[in-house]
Amino acid sequence: MKTDTAVRLPAYPGTGTGPTVLRRLGYVLLYSLLILVALLQILPLIWLLLFSLKNNQEVFDMAPFALPATPRWENYVKVWTEGNISLYFFNSVWITVVSVVFTVLFASLVTFAITRMRWKGRSLVLGLFMVGMMIPVHSTLIPLFSLFLKLHLTDHPLSVILSYIAFNMPITIMILLGFYYALPREVEEAAVMDGCSVHRIFFRIVLPMTASVIATTAIINMIYDWNEFIFVNTFISTDAYKTLTVGVQNFIGQYTTDWGAIGATLMISILPILIAFLVLSNRIVEGIAAGSVKG
Amino acid sequence: MDKVMSNRLVAALYVLPALLLLLVLIYIPIVLTGYYGLMQWDGIGAMTFIGFENYARLLHDATFWQSAYHTFLLALFSALSLIGYLMIALVLSGKIKGANLFRKIYLIPMLLSSVAIAQLWLKIYHPSNGVLNTFLESVGIANPPAWLAEPSLVLYALFVPILWQYAGFYILIYYAALKNIPESLVEAARIDGASPWQIAFRIKLPLITEVIKVTIVLAVVGSLKYFDLIYVMTDGGPNGSSEVMASYMYHQAFRGFDFGYGSAVGFFLLVICLVVTWLLRKATASKDTIQYS
Repeated sequence: MKTDTAVRLPAYPGTGTGPTVLRRLGYVLLYSLLILVALLQILPLIWLLLFSLKNNQEVFDMAPFALPATPRWENYVKVWTEGNISLYFFNSVWITVVSVVFTVLFASLVTFAITRMRWKGRSLVLGLFMVGMMIPVHSTLIPLFSLFLKLHLTDHPLSVILSYIAFNMPITIMILLGFYYALPREVEEAAVMDGCSVHRIFFRIVLPMTASVIATTAIINMIYDWNEFIFVNTFISTDAYKTLTVGVQNFIGQYTTDWGAIGATLMISILPILIAFLVLSNRIVEGIAAGSVKG
Repeated sequence: MDKVMSNRLVAALYVLPALLLLLVLIYIPIVLTGYYGLMQWDGIGAMTFIGFENYARLLHDATFWQSAYHTFLLALFSALSLIGYLMIALVLSGKIKGANLFRKIYLIPMLLSSVAIAQLWLKIYHPSNGVLNTFLESVGIANPPAWLAEPSLVLYALFVPILWQYAGFYILIYYAALKNIPESLVEAARIDGASPWQIAFRIKLPLITEVIKVTIVLAVVGSLKYFDLIYVMTDGGPNGSSEVMASYMYHQAFRGFDFGYGSAVGFFLLVICLVVTWLLRKATASKDTIQYS
């Protein structure tokens, strides 16, 4: 049926017709709001960068966002060499890497077993993991501490690593779950017909197919483990195994009045994640969205 | 196919490592927490069974209930801030150029450790040299308060970095959900003459109701558990004016060496989290879900 009457649309911003001025004004307001929020999110960090490059005199006397005459990189050098920060940094790196690798591996094994294999109790086990997500970490702190004490694992990185793996398991499995459900089964079915064992199917076929979601969960885990504080703070007391978050906290305790040093310490602790973000922002965004929207 | 994929031994093998860790490091400790709550214990020596004394003490502990009140305020504030995040996400999901860039910038604080955020904001709130008070003085406000030292202000002052940390996370979630709405629906409404307001509130919001419910649960329960930032910034001070349940638990156990009582608080916190989660899920359950397929 033909109609030859033109449809008249009301003049609202964004509908594509109507007075351009009104539409433009609407957009200006909206963009201003978005930019304001972006500035509020970023300004504290810019201020941090600036005062990490000043000495106390400049921090106290100059305007907050004024640039230092010469950036005082010596703040960074001092912090890196004097404060054991390099040790803490190294600990954070290897503890995070080990935790992430095992978390993703174990979670993949479980998700594969739950989604691909058939056995009684499948839903029960899945339910257990999902309920685990609701547990406040701190409610388990005391028994965990006591347990590790008895196992002589306090002051041992294993206590921290095992805890990270356990507590990140639910969210990791949840993210993997969606992906595994959507995986096509034809490849596996063909493999079974060819006489493949379950192990081969998992390690040689399914696992490589999940490479992208593994990257996502790895990043989520990395952010959590790198930034984690309370477990390390409670279980580890000697410097040798402290991670960056706890180390930064202790270090700043000693240097309460040296703003430049504090700024440099904080910058060093956040730089790795920021760099990772610049490189992998799409994955990170996707991972966080996936982990929660599905919830 | 079935035979290979039903091999129970293999399934058990695959599930075991994760399940074992989950049971040993999460489920058993929860039970133990409740059990330790029945004890008098300094953490090192022997435990003495005292029945429900700790739990009874908890019910009459004014300091604890004050911390519970603070926690409640935090939860309320977090839930209300969701409205703001939703508005921003609605704007962002419209025809905005550079939405991706905005999204990523908003997310940056989420990547930082609570310790780093706490230390940074300690400096921002610094009475004389912090950027906040410096700014306030420069616009003529004579004696801006020492934000973290004023018992009446400290809790609210803490809300700001918490807001700052999580804004990007919730904006991201809402944005993803809004973007999932088929463009055809929005177009149809537009052609029917709906204003952007009507589109936003009558069409988009109802379609993402499920996601909004999830974020409410996340925000509220997250607030109940909140610890790290408060511990580093004010340690519950001054004089407990910023104490929350989780920090109170920590103080009782690890400072007061009253692990029995601390466990009772911890167990109570756990129960509250589970109950609140259940209540929220029930309260926001709708009888008819809106479908658009």
